[in-house]
Amino acid sequence: MNPMNTASHPQQRQFNPYTENGGTILAIAGLDFSVIAGDTRQSEGYNIQTRYAPKVFRLTDRAVLAVNGFAADGNMFVKKVKQRLEWYRHAHAKDMPLHAIARLIQTMLYARRFFPYYVYNILGGIEDDGSGAVYSFDPVGSYERETCRAAGAAQSLVQPFLDNQIYFKNQQPALGTSHPAHLPLPQVLRLVIDSFTGATERHIEVGDGLEMFVVLAKGHDLAGLEGIAGLQEMSTKSDGERIFVIRRELKKD
Amino acid sequence: MNTFVNRFSTNNALSVIRKAQAVVDDDEEFSDAAWGSEAGFGSLAKGVPSFSIPAVHDPTAFLRLHTDDHADPNCRIKIQHGTTTLAFRFQGGVIVAVDSRATAGSYIASGTVKKVIEINPYLLGTMAGGAADCQYWETYLGIQCRLHELRNKERISVAAASKYLSNLVYSYKGMGLSMGTMICGWDKTGPAVFYVDSDGTRLKGDLFSVGSGSTFAYGVLDQGYRWDLTDEEAQELGRRSIYAAGHRDAFSGNTCNLYHVKEDGWRFLGNYDITKMHYDGPGDVPGSAQVAYGYDVRVEGRTSSNPPAAAATA
Repeated sequence: MNPMNTASHPQQRQFNPYTENGGTILAIAGLDFSVIAGDTRQSEGYNIQTRYAPKVFRLTDRAVLAVNGFAADGNMFVKKVKQRLEWYRHAHAKDMPLHAIARLIQTMLYARRFFPYYVYNILGGIEDDGSGAVYSFDPVGSYERETCRAAGAAQSLVQPFLDNQIYFKNQQPALGTSHPAHLPLPQVLRLVIDSFTGATERHIEVGDGLEMFVVLAKGHDLAGLEGIAGLQEMSTKSDGERIFVIRRELKKD
Repeated sequence: MNTFVNRFSTNNALSVIRKAQAVVDDDEEFSDAAWGSEAGFGSLAKGVPSFSIPAVHDPTAFLRLHTDDHADPNCRIKIQHGTTTLAFRFQGGVIVAVDSRATAGSYIASGTVKKVIEINPYLLGTMAGGAADCQYWETYLGIQCRLHELRNKERISVAAASKYLSNLVYSYKGMGLSMGTMICGWDKTGPAVFYVDSDGTRLKGDLFSVGSGSTFAYGVLDQGYRWDLTDEEAQELGRRSIYAAGHRDAFSGNTCNLYHVKEDGWRFLGNYDITKMHYDGPGDVPGSAQVAYGYDVRVEGRTSSNPPAAAATA
């Protein structure tokens, strides 16, 4: 056989700029707060690339964005959203409202309709009327305001748990009582932690660390946040909406 | 004269600079407007928005490789599919009813999708196919309808609005857009329904249903449809048709959203849980006989295999 002609089999080449980096993100809206969380493991196939790659980012004092899917696209996308928000600040001398950030993200994702960002976005924060809000997006920009949403590798493990515990799906209220419309912050935090410890137990791409961003509406008291270990404030002002991060360890195996 | 020479020549100093600029300026997705405010005139400045295209021989094949879940169920980017939507015209206006399920493969990605897009107070669009395509382009259509209103001091007709959309999606034909939509509204000609899809089809009609559950909806719709339906009967028919599709089509379900368009614009009538309609009926709403839609409930005690409760215990 001709040594130059090693390609005796038909070969096909294709442009594949995407990979999947695992991990899971989750956001829950309360009456006047919002919690946005994500694990910090980044993997490719069965290899763990790093145990600390943040997937949740503070955008403004009342908006937090979680990105999941292809990490390179995700980081680039967050960078560009932050850039657009900075330009908005320079033009209008105020932060962009949450519902406007949601629409901005839609148009930015849809601008790549024919070369999509392989990213699932969840935006959480406080709306102008002071209510907690969560917006979830598909990779090409369709979006919807929701109360809770999980996305990523363990989406199918976490979302049914949330449906049961937040929306009380398949639960009957005790006679003469009704299910609460909104849960208090400490209970939401417990649900988030349980979601991620559960997902870590059953999904190989979830684990290492957990970052929970808490956004509190203007004038909201700390509502049980004071005693929490590893609490760090991320907000720039103390008289407006406030953002905190809570970091937890998850199993590393 | 010189300006033309400068513009079209390829070897003078200016064009060399321009070429160099084009290389440096690869961030083409931002217009000047993105840098700040255009004092509210931003939307007037431009025509159709621009899109990034992968630098490959065949961008459409690239997109299909990574997003089309019919060709490859394991592809990375899953675009939400599966739907039942319907709209029909009758004596009292237009009824628009849709389900609320979004599926990605066999996973139910959401059960609370808003598949009726409120273009403006007189126009509704329905969503089937790519969720983002419908949401984005029907919002865009809303912008153009408002501009038409400002320019012509008159509301756009449903025919014109739907044609604007169909011409727009036709210009993207073959590039992978996926939408099957009904543009519904009331204009000076009365109630109107147009079916528009991403192939470029545009049809005027009295009654349409679109999506994977459309066959089931048509079954109920066709046998119950008359032009002289009362408002209440028409609303019940829309609800009952979506229930049938939600019950029999695995890719449709969760809840039904119901809208009624009349001369003074559309009105949202309600959100009805399909499981609840199966066991308890839609509840105390106009047009409802207040009985459950489910088969078991309707035949209870009427066949030998379904004896009445009293007879069974006796």
